[in-house]
This record gives sequence, structure tokens and C-alpha cells, in this order.
Amino acid sequence: MESKTGTWTEKKGLAQMLKGGVIMDVVNAEQAKIAEDAGACAVMALERVPADIRADGGVARMSDPDMILKIIDAVSIPVMAKCRIGHFVEAQILESIGVDYIDESEVLTPADEEHHILKHNFKVPFVCGCRNIGEALRRIGEGAAMIRTKGEAGTGDVVEAVRHARSVIGSIKHLQVMDDEELMTFAKNNGAPYELVKEVKTLGRMPVVNFAAGGVATPADAALMMQLGVDGVFVGSGIFKSGDPAKRAAAIVKSVTHYQDASILAEVSKNLGEAMVGRNAAHMPESEKLAVRGW
Amino acid sequence: MKIGVLALQGDFAEHITMLKRIGVETAEVRLPKHLDGLDGLIMPGGESTTFGKLAVAYGLIEPIQQFGKSHAIWGTCAGAIFLSKDIGRDQPLLGLMDIKVQRNAFGRQVDSFETDLEIDELMKVTGTEHPYHAVFIRAPIIESVYGNARVLSALEDGRIVAAQEGHLLATSFHPELTDDTRFHEYFISLAS
Repeated sequence: MESKTGTWTEKKGLAQMLKGGVIMDVVNAEQAKIAEDAGACAVMALERVPADIRADGGVARMSDPDMILKIIDAVSIPVMAKCRIGHFVEAQILESIGVDYIDESEVLTPADEEHHILKHNFKVPFVCGCRNIGEALRRIGEGAAMIRTKGEAGTGDVVEAVRHARSVIGSIKHLQVMDDEELMTFAKNNGAPYELVKEVKTLGRMPVVNFAAGGVATPADAALMMQLGVDGVFVGSGIFKSGDPAKRAAAIVKSVTHYQDASILAEVSKNLGEAMVGRNAAHMPESEKLAVRGW
Repeated sequence: MKIGVLALQGDFAEHITMLKRIGVETAEVRLPKHLDGLDGLIMPGGESTTFGKLAVAYGLIEPIQQFGKSHAIWGTCAGAIFLSKDIGRDQPLLGLMDIKVQRNAFGRQVDSFETDLEIDELMKVTGTEHPYHAVFIRAPIIESVYGNARVLSALEDGRIVAAQEGHLLATSFHPELTDDTRFHEYFISLAS
């Protein structure tokens, strides 16, 4: 009996195990434990949450491997970590220390302004951000085994997450009613690989799991994204920049499971303390938007 | 025949797709009342700590334990962990099956693997001869079976990856991620 590792089924499969769950940004082992105890299905290990990256400015890079390893040791759930767009050596390092998923992320400062990592070259699976179906299918074409809509990280404003999720899911619906003759032009107009466009039409959904990210700050935000049709939610700054992280984290986990039950959503939304201080994302200058990073 | 799938978190939709393919009616289970009228329950892959947290919060532990006394339950990966009596660490479990399970027993995601298994009983019940292709993802192993539980399948090195105790079934791999419906058919034979 021959065993195979690093297959497409394995890469996509781990993302399927995360569905219906919440992936939380954490900056140290203590936060990772709080996230796990609250019911997170995975954590994203990074040195600064996006709200702080925004505030601090400068170049944001891969986190210290030692800090990521401490988080790996602290929890039993999968640990993800971010590398810069196009920085395949940061990805090699993250793979070698045993992270379970790599986020090639626009939240960090891009290392390459024309190319993303060829993710098929790795055994570890990758998740990438997208604003629309073309960007999503380009990333999948490069080997991303999971997609997240970008939203606008570090703002606490869900408006961009909604825009991107509606765009991707709207395009999937649009493809369902298109004639096969129209698919090549759709691929051309959206900058999407033709074979993947055909696959989306056949499947009626993304070929990989699709989470929402970037601006989710409340249980209602998380349930909104789920009702719009994503498979799960990333919460970055929204938890550990709030007044009571453990309580808010547990409430968001419950809201993703019970996203269609308004009475449960009302219950979990009570007395959560201060939400993170928001920043209006819709009227932010383009130069400050992280979501525009990605090619 | 109506089978529920625990829908707290994880790949419950994939199980539902498989059940529909073999003509079985399905329901998503998030609250105790969703167990009413079911003939069996599948607990999917996902994160067992998340299942435990949500099952405790919404009062599902005791109702599923009661359900399992007279109905078939099958846990895949995280679901198998949740079904077990002992995992050597402190987290909420149903404790229905006489198996000891070790979480993440094969290492991290880069160590996740696919392999073929010879499962005599599965082949007998489904009347087939080809091996079963199993997908393991950050998978647990069943360290030991005791009481009335017995081994259904093991790897070549002897590590147990599937066990059965009457109408309870545990697999450390994911039949719902394949196109092979034989394991779902096998479970339906237990639920009938």
C-alpha cells in the first residue's frame, strides 16, 4: 500500500475540515489558547494584527518562526501563518517549520508586485485573498487550495467583505445561466483561467473552500457573511482589539454555527463589551487599502 | 431512512452530498430538537475541540448519548474523537465508544496522506473486491479498542484506523472526501 502526501485532495481537504468555523488572528501563545478555548477551528499566527500593521506603517513581513512555533506548541488545532505576496522563500520557511496552511497575504507588504507564489510547488496548502472571481480563479490556478474574500483588513468595517463576497458569489450565479459559448469571453474579461471557469459553471460553486475575511467585528457580521454564502470566517483584529476577547470569540463561533437562527444570534450578541474601534473602509483612499494588493 | 449530520462545524455538507447520492434523506443537527425522527447520526470531520465547545453550549452531549443507545452513530476523524471514551487530554467527549484515540497522530498537515485499505467487512457487505481508498487529514489513530469494540481496519504497521462497536462506527479517515459511497452504504446497513 503506497501512501501519498501533499496531494490536491489533502490540500483542499484540510480547508473542508475548517468549514462552518472561525479562524482567528493571534499574536502569541496566550491568545492562541483563548482562541482554541473559544472554539476557533484554526488560528493565524502573526506578529501584529492588521489594525496594528495599519497604525505602525513600515514593511510588514513574515513573523518570527520561533513565535509561530510557540503557538504551534500551545494549541491542538491547525496553525496558519502569513507570508508576503510573491515571497516564496518565506513560504519555504513556513513549510519547513510545520505550519498547516500558508496565507499568501495582502496584509503583509508585497515582495513581488507582478507575481504570486507558484503554490503547486509546495506540499503545504495555501489560502489566498480575492476581490472577485477572476482573482480567485487566478490564485487557484497557481495552486491555492482555499480562497478568502479580502474585505479590508484591520478596519472593523464589514462593507468591503460584503462587496467582495457578493462579487464572487454573484459571478458564480451568473455563470450558471451562461451558455457554454460565453465562457471564453467571461474568462477573458475576468482574467480567469478558462478551465476553472468551466469547472465553476459545472460545480455551481468555487472548486475550493471560500471563507470571508477583512472587517468582521461582531457575531452579526459573521452571520451576515455566512448568509451571503461563504463557507466560514476569518476574524483578524476584531477579537483581540475588542474589550472582552474570550467572550467575543466564543460569540462569533456560535454565530457562524447558528447563522440562520436570529434568536440565537440575538442571545450571543448581548453584553459583549466594546467592539474594536472601527475605521470606515468604503471611503478610505485607494492608497491605504490593503485589498488592492494582488495581481 | 433519515440520517442526521452533526452540523456544528466541519465538512457536514460533504456527508450530506454522499447520503443523497445513495438516496438517503438527510437533516442538519445543531440543536437537540434536530435529533427527532432520525434513524442515525453522522459526526463529520472538523475540529473536535470546536464540536465539544458548541455541543456543551447547546446541551447536545446528553441527548446524543441517549440517541446512541438505540441508534447508529458514525464519527469520521474529529467525529471519531468526539465519539470516544478517552483521548488522553481534557476536552468534552460523548464517551460512547470503547476506544482510546490519539489526536493528530501522524503529525502536521504536510504529513497528511492518502492510502488504500483492505477492509474485509466493508467488501463483504457491499459485495465488492477493490480496496478502499482512504484520505487522512491531520488524522487521529485509534490507539486501542476494548470492551465490545473491535478493529475494522488497520494500516500495515498495525495502527488502527477504523473500529466498530455494535451500531457505533469510528473512522480516522474521510470517506466523505472520496467518490466511493461504500462506507456510507455500510453505515446505512448498521442504521437499518
